[in-house]
Amino acid sequence: MKHTLQQVFHSGKFVVGFIIFTFILLTVIVYPLFVKAPPLAILSQGTFFPPGIYVNVYDSIGSQPYTLMLDDATAKRIASKLGDQERQDIKDWLLAFGIPENEVDMADTENLMDQWVNNYDPKVQLPGMTFAKQRYYQRLNASLEGILATEGVTIATRNAEAGTLEETDTVAQTDYVNVTEVPNVRLLVLGTDNFGRDVMTELVSATGTSLMIGLVAGLIATTIGLVLGLLAGYMGGVVDDVIMFFTNLFTVIPTIVLLILISFSIGQENRGPVVIAVVIGFTAWVWTARAVRAQVISLRNRDHVSLSKISGHPIARIIFTDIFPYIASYVIMAFILQVSSAILYEASLSILGLGPKTTEVFTLGLMMNWGMIYQAHILGKWWAIFPVIVIIALVSFSLNLMNTGLDQVYNPALRD
Amino acid sequence: MKGYARYFGKKMVWFGITFIAAFLLNFILPRLMPGDPVAAITARMAQGQTNAAGVEAIYRQYTELFGTNKSMLEQFIIYVKNVINGDFGFSFSQYPRTVASVLSVSVWWTVILQLPAIIVGWLIGNVLGALAAYRRGGYDKAVMPLSIFVSGLPAFGMAIILLVIFGVRLKWLPTSGGYGFDMIPNWSWAFIRSVILHYILPFFSIVLIVIGGQAIGMRSMSIYELNADYVKYSRFMGIKDNKIIRYVFRNAMLPQVTGLALAIGTMVGGALVAEIVFSYPGLGTTLLSGILGQDYPLISATALIITLMTLIATLALEILYGFIDPRIKAAQSD
Repeated sequence: MKHTLQQVFHSGKFVVGFIIFTFILLTVIVYPLFVKAPPLAILSQGTFFPPGIYVNVYDSIGSQPYTLMLDDATAKRIASKLGDQERQDIKDWLLAFGIPENEVDMADTENLMDQWVNNYDPKVQLPGMTFAKQRYYQRLNASLEGILATEGVTIATRNAEAGTLEETDTVAQTDYVNVTEVPNVRLLVLGTDNFGRDVMTELVSATGTSLMIGLVAGLIATTIGLVLGLLAGYMGGVVDDVIMFFTNLFTVIPTIVLLILISFSIGQENRGPVVIAVVIGFTAWVWTARAVRAQVISLRNRDHVSLSKISGHPIARIIFTDIFPYIASYVIMAFILQVSSAILYEASLSILGLGPKTTEVFTLGLMMNWGMIYQAHILGKWWAIFPVIVIIALVSFSLNLMNTGLDQVYNPALRD
Repeated sequence: MKGYARYFGKKMVWFGITFIAAFLLNFILPRLMPGDPVAAITARMAQGQTNAAGVEAIYRQYTELFGTNKSMLEQFIIYVKNVINGDFGFSFSQYPRTVASVLSVSVWWTVILQLPAIIVGWLIGNVLGALAAYRRGGYDKAVMPLSIFVSGLPAFGMAIILLVIFGVRLKWLPTSGGYGFDMIPNWSWAFIRSVILHYILPFFSIVLIVIGGQAIGMRSMSIYELNADYVKYSRFMGIKDNKIIRYVFRNAMLPQVTGLALAIGTMVGGALVAEIVFSYPGLGTTLLSGILGQDYPLISATALIITLMTLIATLALEILYGFIDPRIKAAQSD
């Protein structure tokens, strides 16, 4: 046993797969200890906030201001509102308005803004410009207001009795707050999703659920496959024929079709993650059964098995002590593959709208499903969908790698 | 030739049995569904109607129409009769279109997309795998982990990655549909060009996934064969490497054909989900709309067609296998 483990951990492929998988598993276990927020809590009003650090504006105003004299502050401020695209748009408008091309210089911010402020009039209708484009320029104009100003902003509060505004504070352009002094800062590593949930927390919880589904489905499938394979291979005769009939049947009927029909029949209300796992487990045993049977048949007539038979050992004992040890490595490999394929099947089912119901838990497939329903991939909201694909790929990659590593240890012919 | 007839006859009988089993499952499973689909469609049709008697009449009319008020056995007999006539009834969600008319369009999109994609992917995958086994070294070390990674990626994942890179970011190719949304199917050049442009991304997302899986299998097979005694013997005999490789490739290829026959169901399933990513007008997208609309005639018929397609593909591969495997040829030739 010790020797086998040593050998297994000498295989580079297995170790890499093992490390990736352990890392994901540890994250799933450790992360909830630090982030206590419930994974399905809806944080944001509005959908798909991009990843980043969210600093409370109200608290920032109340915090102690520090004056920093940074040279490039003005340039950055202008650049954030007046990027290359906006400059190009402004130039286009000015040209269409009738300003000669050689007078418009996109690189000269001050001159460009001068020309814009002097010439732009929201009421002017340029020939051939669509209404949407017109609205765009109105919005652009509003956002550019005060962009070249050098004085600060005045903060005022409304007097509750008189209803007048009273100046309470001013914010200069050189004022800074120290983020550690602002009481309300929230780091959203992966932004929020279509419901306004924190994607990172959700992803960790969904990974946990999906791994659980994979594990349950894998265990069920392996157990069924192992039992049927052992029975068919060892008993032979009619038992073998019957088992092989069903095995061959379910090999050819596509698993996804069975899964679709069964989960549709179960109905949305009854589909929890465990139910889905069980359904996947009950449709995925075929491969294990076939392979185990083939191995058992080759073992059945070995000398040590015959010896056990002659000694009058009961069948259960022969199977467990004389046959099982020879196929154990194979069964473990089949189990690993089944965990990974179960996770993929859950994802496929969920994308089809047949996954677990959404209200209680989240799985990787459901995250894909909702991301796609809200077209996150087409709208460029990568954070709602790509991390999910990466996690699915990493889990399945690490499991496959572990499997290949084991294969090379147990099949010397495949060794490098 | 008599031997061949027996071999193919056996395969055909097995094909028939599997089809009947699949047919039974297709009929029974969706009908176990809780909730009354006719009630759902009535609710939609009767929207805005305040007259309770009118709603009742609509409900009764649809129950008659779809036969949901009859016993299971009667429903089954009607179903078998209809399926033989190619009549799958009305679609609940796309009423008054019939299921047959919905599927007769989408099935071709799927066949034209998936068949070439799986064949091309299988061929490229096998060549890459055999090369990896033969060349070993750096090439092997680069191709193998990549193949494992790619084959681990679900088809929809690959589809989304390609869609975002080439469709959304680079804007080289359209992101959804089977042809431009402003077009009506016809045989003009503009339409065919649009169809081809929409075809590229779904096609390659399936091809890439298939390549990954096949390359891994072919590599293991080829390594087994390369270590076989006949290879060593041939080397001692001084037979040229090129010739040995051809033997090795052919021997390793045979299990890969069987492998394809067994894996084709999984591939089709994955590819159907990839279709959904691109809203490709094939069976996958039809299935999705059926599920969203609680449309059991549509789901049942789609499932049946997918099963049938897979069965035919498997049968074709097994017949092909009978011709190319010299062992079967030898056994059947007397």
